[in-house]
Amino acid sequence: MGLSVKNVKRVFSINQNDLEVLKDINLEIRDGEIISIVGGSGCGKSTLLKLIAGLDRPTGGEIRLDDKPIVKPDPQNIGMIFQEARLFPWSTVEKNIEFGMTDKLSKEEKAERVKEHIELVGLTGFEKALPAQLSGGMKQRVSIARGLINRPRLLLLDEPFGALDAFTKMNLQQEVLRIWEREHMTLILVTHDIDEAIYLGDRVVVMSPKPGVVKKIFSVELSRERDRTSADFAAYRRKVFDEFFERKEVDTDYSI
Amino acid sequence: MSTKKENALVRAQTIVGAAIIPVFVIGYWVVCSKKGILNTTILTSPEQLVARFLKMFSDGSLWKNIFSSTRRVLEGFTIGAFLGLVIGSLVGLFKPIRILLSAVISILRPIPPISMIPFFILWLGIGEESKLTIIAIGSFWSVLLNTIQGFQDTDPNLVEVADVFGKSKAVILFKIVLPSAIPSVFTGLRLGMSHAWTAVVTAEMIAASSGVGYMIQYARELSQPDLLLLGIVCIGIIGLIIDTVVMFIQKKVVYWRTIE
Repeated sequence: MGLSVKNVKRVFSINQNDLEVLKDINLEIRDGEIISIVGGSGCGKSTLLKLIAGLDRPTGGEIRLDDKPIVKPDPQNIGMIFQEARLFPWSTVEKNIEFGMTDKLSKEEKAERVKEHIELVGLTGFEKALPAQLSGGMKQRVSIARGLINRPRLLLLDEPFGALDAFTKMNLQQEVLRIWEREHMTLILVTHDIDEAIYLGDRVVVMSPKPGVVKKIFSVELSRERDRTSADFAAYRRKVFDEFFERKEVDTDYSI
Repeated sequence: MSTKKENALVRAQTIVGAAIIPVFVIGYWVVCSKKGILNTTILTSPEQLVARFLKMFSDGSLWKNIFSSTRRVLEGFTIGAFLGLVIGSLVGLFKPIRILLSAVISILRPIPPISMIPFFILWLGIGEESKLTIIAIGSFWSVLLNTIQGFQDTDPNLVEVADVFGKSKAVILFKIVLPSAIPSVFTGLRLGMSHAWTAVVTAEMIAASSGVGYMIQYARELSQPDLLLLGIVCIGIIGLIIDTVVMFIQKKVVYWRTIE
């Protein structure tokens, strides 16, 4: 069970030139696991997420959720959160969250579930607010509530905190962890923030571009109460860092 | 966040600031007429204007003219705006229609409706039809073009959200595409209304027996500068009232946006 990505390949045709965006991607993701995917721009990490979401089809290979191939969006099982909150500016917080709902429920049940999710993301009191009246962090909370409204088993996060300031970002990372501890859905987080990847991920998948391939997968053997400032954390950070930048060794012979 | 008191202060400053130039111009005009500098056969004195206004106000002739112009504007605008909305929606939503009409729109759009007045008089006679047609055309273009623009304002990111949630084309149309188009459509309606008002005055100056445009034309022929100026002032004030009303409605309908 879980999510299985097998030999996935995605080629885009741009002006009659074939551009290989993803090549031989293989990932086995267990239920309830948190996977961080890091990589620079153009490594195909967002394309991979779109394929998993069913918004796009692979040129080759296959993606299966519980052994069923993903061929189109499956809102019952898969939720998605984007970098921008992508809220409807004309709809209230409540209505924006309700938009995601696919279950056929009565009006009362719908309202109850919306209320529950507003509480979950800590926006009680802002039910009737319009997006323009919210801060960036609050908008992203609405978007998280909308992504969770169908209680998906798999939640995809496409650089969800990339546009937020550092403190709001850390706040929301904790919030997502808190929600994950309650619901235990599978999380796949695409990010370019190495700290974020290590802080949240059970495993960190490092991708590299041209063509987009999985370069390395790290298991983060740290307890869930992760301390960003600890030595262990720093060690992981260094390991992931080294995948991106060659380290310049300081020549000790010449130091005092 | 500013308090209510601060808001009121800002509003007061705006009103006072906006009034400075009109008050100065009117004051200068009053002074000139008192000192006898004014050539009253060309430009009427304030007293004459007010007297004329009171007279026409009480005998109802002013209202009669304003009423017939307003009725024409509303009728012509309704026709023009309706056609603009329908055709604009079709062009905005369906690519084949967009291709089919693109040349026609590009050729007809730059023609000022006023230049077509003689043509429509020839075609439709001197009655109401030719005037309504001109007014309808006057409002049609801005509604059409802004409606088309509105349908192109849909944020593809929002459509992607709907796709992730497996929503149907109908849901995307009604919950995303149409609301996205509304602000631009309203801009079109507002411009259309002001063009309709311009068109009615012009049409009435050329061929009519009532209306504000007729009033001005009549005043010119009888060289009555007070009536002439009264007509011009009326046009300005009615235009202002109409724009204020439309803007008020726009603020209510497009509540999620401050006016651009």
